[in-house]
Amino acid sequence: MAAELTPSHRMEPQALRALIGRNKQSDKIFAIVGLLAMLVGVFALIWLLVGLVMDGGSRISWQFLTSFPSRHADKAGILSAWVGTCLVMLVTTFSAVPVGIAAGIYLEEYARHNWITDIIEINVTNLAGVPSIVYGLLALGLFVYGLGFGQSVLSAGLTLGLLILPVVIVSTREAIRSVPVAMREAAYALGATRWQTVHDHVLPYSTGGILTGIILGLSRAIGETAPIITIGALTFIAFLPPSPVTSEPPFISFEWLMAPFTVMPIQMFNWLSRPQTAFLNNAAAAGLILVVMTVGMNALAIWLRYRFRKKIKW
Amino acid sequence: MEGALLLSALSAVFITLAIVFVLVNESLAFFRHVSIIEFLTATQWTVMFEEKHFGIAPLLAGTLVTSAIGLIVAVPLGTVIAIYLSEFAPHRVREFVKPLLELLIGVPTVVFGYFALLSVTPMLQKILPDLPGFNMLGPGIVIGIMITPYISSVAEDAMRAVPMTLREGAYAMGATRFRNALTVVVPAALSGIIAAYVLGISRAVGETMVVAVAAGQQPNFTLNPMEPAATITTFIVQVALGDLPHGSIEYQSIFAAGLVLMLMTLALNVIGHLLRRRYREVY
Repeated sequence: MAAELTPSHRMEPQALRALIGRNKQSDKIFAIVGLLAMLVGVFALIWLLVGLVMDGGSRISWQFLTSFPSRHADKAGILSAWVGTCLVMLVTTFSAVPVGIAAGIYLEEYARHNWITDIIEINVTNLAGVPSIVYGLLALGLFVYGLGFGQSVLSAGLTLGLLILPVVIVSTREAIRSVPVAMREAAYALGATRWQTVHDHVLPYSTGGILTGIILGLSRAIGETAPIITIGALTFIAFLPPSPVTSEPPFISFEWLMAPFTVMPIQMFNWLSRPQTAFLNNAAAAGLILVVMTVGMNALAIWLRYRFRKKIKW
Repeated sequence: MEGALLLSALSAVFITLAIVFVLVNESLAFFRHVSIIEFLTATQWTVMFEEKHFGIAPLLAGTLVTSAIGLIVAVPLGTVIAIYLSEFAPHRVREFVKPLLELLIGVPTVVFGYFALLSVTPMLQKILPDLPGFNMLGPGIVIGIMITPYISSVAEDAMRAVPMTLREGAYAMGATRFRNALTVVVPAALSGIIAAYVLGISRAVGETMVVAVAAGQQPNFTLNPMEPAATITTFIVQVALGDLPHGSIEYQSIFAAGLVLMLMTLALNVIGHLLRRRYREVY
């Protein structure tokens, strides 16, 4: 820096002006380059969506949503896929959300500064960076064969639950951390226990942030393909899992947990790996529905974050 | 209550232990049949054929090429976007374009695979007529587009965390925006920017579906991005699709491949951690 500045002391005013002009020029150039770089990303998104709509838009119909996969591309549909996705997400939500929130609460409100806490924190950070397919291998060894759940809805739901656990933990922690310490001090001053403070005061204020994290986690889980393929999910399922609601008492059945299944991204991948154009169009239609679901959930999360940030004024 | 909460928090540790246990356990069984020397030095990976060769090199080459192309796209793009958003963008542009960019993160990877196979590769074929339908170039570029928003958002967070006083100092000395960004903000945020790159690299290395759909799934010991190839991740997918019997050598081989993948991302994270510490600036 210094070496560059010293000669400019002796610069003629004209040369100095030229230098300033060049520097200002580079400002303008970078402003354009930056804008272009952002547009590359936006353009890619638009190109991707347009491609899906052009190839698959015409395939989306009531018939497509209510038919099983078929050898005939024009009769095939995604019924078993979207039902499977819903059931798997149910398991994922019920496994990852309670554990994730509890872990977040522990790390923010209860954990002491000791080596156990350090180890937990390191693990949460590292798990977020583990490739998703490795979770698939874990599930293949642990759920499918180790615990004998087989290639079932339960195995898949738990796999994705493990996958989004770090997301839920991190967002819970961030949400809890944003609640001012004064709130807790006020509760403690009135004689509340630690749990009462957390349950009655900290949690209600952090609901928005936690909810955002859950939605983002689930939207990631919906689109995950690799770990589900790894546990050996079948790609051609022309039937539905047993209904969770039955006509006979006790009216609720958990047989579906053990049923074989397929999910949206796997159905799409299956169609993608066929050479016929008609099946590729089906893949595009399934992809379009998938993107609308995940992008919609992301948009909802962004909006929720904005809403809650606006509503709460400390 | 505290006990239950602690148990939940410890689940993260259990998951890590379970991953290590499953991968190491099955890999040990694999290495009882295959020598580590062959695994590391042979140049053929033909686990699914009659005559089996177990050299991980072709899969590593595929992973290396697709990740490298991804990074060539994503590192400059992500860095420029981060600098622009943090130092240049008018408020309105930021509020409008940033969420759009974040939506890219929400697109499932299998859809990016479709994009690579049926949008990007056909366009590349117009420029490079010799390009086969399955190749590493198209998926590599798409991986780059996919990880750009990760890199830009983490790097931007790091740049925005640089204290305003440093910028004010630079402006008071007569620095232009671009000079301020290049000589003050970027060096001060370097540790966070490196963290962003490391995150991007481990995403690229672990990416599965884009390559599985668009790169051809054929193990191919080459560094030529115009050729089809398989990566570590696509091999796992390919074997898993074949529904192999539990305990067979093919079954065990995907855990050995997974272990290599895990060690690669672990090494990346350790390097990233060390680099971050080396360049950390405290204000």
